[in-house]
Parts: sequence; structure tokens; C-alpha cells
Amino acid sequence: MLSDVSVRLIATAFVMGVGALGPALAIGWIGSKSVDAIGRNPEASSKVQTMAILAIAFAEAVAIYALVIALIIKFVA
Amino acid sequence: MLSISLRAEDIFHIGSWPVTNAVLLAFFVLVLLTMLAVILKSRLKTIPGMLQNIVEAIIEGALDLMDSVLGSRKQSEKYLPLVLTIFLFVLFSNWFGLVPGVGSIVIGHGASAVPLLRSPASDLNFTLALALIAVTMVNIFGIAAMGMKERVSVFFNFSSPLKFFVGILELISEFARIISFTFRLFGNVFAGEVLLAIMALLVPYLVPLPFMFLEIFVGFIQAFIFGMLTLVFVALAVTPHEGEEAGH
Repeated sequence: MLSDVSVRLIATAFVMGVGALGPALAIGWIGSKSVDAIGRNPEASSKVQTMAILAIAFAEAVAIYALVIALIIKFVA
Repeated sequence: MLSISLRAEDIFHIGSWPVTNAVLLAFFVLVLLTMLAVILKSRLKTIPGMLQNIVEAIIEGALDLMDSVLGSRKQSEKYLPLVLTIFLFVLFSNWFGLVPGVGSIVIGHGASAVPLLRSPASDLNFTLALALIAVTMVNIFGIAAMGMKERVSVFFNFSSPLKFFVGILELISEFARIISFTFRLFGNVFAGEVLLAIMALLVPYLVPLPFMFLEIFVGFIQAFIFGMLTLVFVALAVTPHEGEEAGH
């Protein structure tokens, strides 16, 4: 049988691994589309950049939520 | 041995109120920023010295950025205090949390030794307070700019079932903003602290250096994001919604 500590370690790793998938894909897409947009219309570059930074921060926040849960599982619960 | 605590540890008590190490550093940052502002104000010259120059450049840059979101310089000046204060406070808190001594100088003996100073944003209370302030001010600005009725009708709109549903979603998303503000900043800073502590534990020489750079960068980006998101939400709250009536 798995001990309590082992289950906790596995849970931590699982949460972080799965939780990083979505944001990674999202940030990649955002980056790719922004670069496309800037390539098409270099004049709009600063608007696209601001929007992209905002969108990337939102996407990253989801990964951060997963990280917080992983940390709570490992160190607190 | 490494001791990572999710909770900021209490250093001393004022009466029955505990003061944590994060609160202590946040207080120092507060005093520093206030002194900076007071000194600058008392030494304003028409031909600026170096410090005044730098601060003027920062404020110009912030106003230009806000112009691109809000549309007019007058509006930018109205909302500059909230946005720039949040940005500067979070920025200095994050950067001061990287200074050598924060996290390593301990108070107390043996097993009950706790760090004397800790990055303020690594305390959930700090980020929660900032998030609540930001969202509350967004709503207050919305009421001030558009009137109480307009603002309430964003959330509670009984003109049609669809609008009612959208209003409920808006209400839920206000609370989701509070949560996401809180955890974005907390997660980034706390994870950074844990990362630096573990790196220093594994390989004390040279290897923590790129991670320190990463933390400097992350500290700036998270402060910028917090400020920008506050700005964007203010812009959304004070911009009147035309266009919806035209379709009917």
C-alpha cells in the first residue's frame, strides 16, 4: 500500500504536470498569433504587444493556480 | 534544514495584533515610498535634478500608456494615482524581497527561529488586500463616472432574461477577478521564494544567479500586470456602453 507521504508526492507532481499543459499551449498560441499580427501590421505593434502581454498574464495565472494547489498539497495539507 | 511556510510568520505583537515578517517589510517599503514622495514634493524645481527627472519620466511613461487604454489625458490623470501606486508598491515590494538578508536573517533561537523579513507579496493577506482595494476602487470609479443606477444595472438588469443572466455572470466575474488578482501575484512571488530557497540549498554558488534575474524580471512583470489589469478594469467600468441601444 502507498504511504501517506508517497501519495502526497505523487499528487503534487500530477497537479503541477497536468496544470501546466493548458497554459503552455495557450501562451504558445497567443505568442504565435501576436507575432502574425505584428508581421501583418507593424504599425499596430504596440497595441498588439500590450494586448498580448495581458492575455499571456491571464493564461499564466491558471498555471499559477495549479502551482499554488501543488504547494499546498506538499507543504501544508 | 529548509523551512518553507505558506503562512507568513509572526514576529511580534502590538497589543493583541500579530505583526508578520511580510507586514514588516511592506511597512519599510511604505515608509521608503512615502519619504521619496515627500522629499520630491519639497524640492520641486523648474529645472529638475536627477531624481525629479527620473520620476517625471516614469510618470510621463505611465500617462502615455494609460492614454492608449483610456483615450484621453484628462482621464489618465484622474486614474493615475490608483494605478501607479499599485504598480510602484507591488514593484518595490517584490524587488525588496530579493535583497540579501530578506529570508535569511532570522529572529529567535533554535527551532523557533523565523525569518525577520519576507517578501510582502508572498503573504496571501497582502495580495488579497490589494485585490480588494483594486476591485472596490474600480466599482467606486464606475459609480462616480456613470452614476449609481448605471453601475448597478450592469449587474442587476431586469429588462430581459438574457440581460439578467449576463448581469449575474458579470457579478460572478467581479469575484473571480478578486481571486485571480490575489492568486496570480501570490503564486508568482511565493513560488519564486520557494524556488530561490531550493536553488540556494542545492547549489549555493553561481547557479542561483539566473534565478535571481528571473525573479527580478517576474517581480517587474507581475507589478506591471497588476497595474495594467486594474487600469483595464477601470476603463471598462467608466466607458459608457453605446452601441447596444443602436441595434434595438
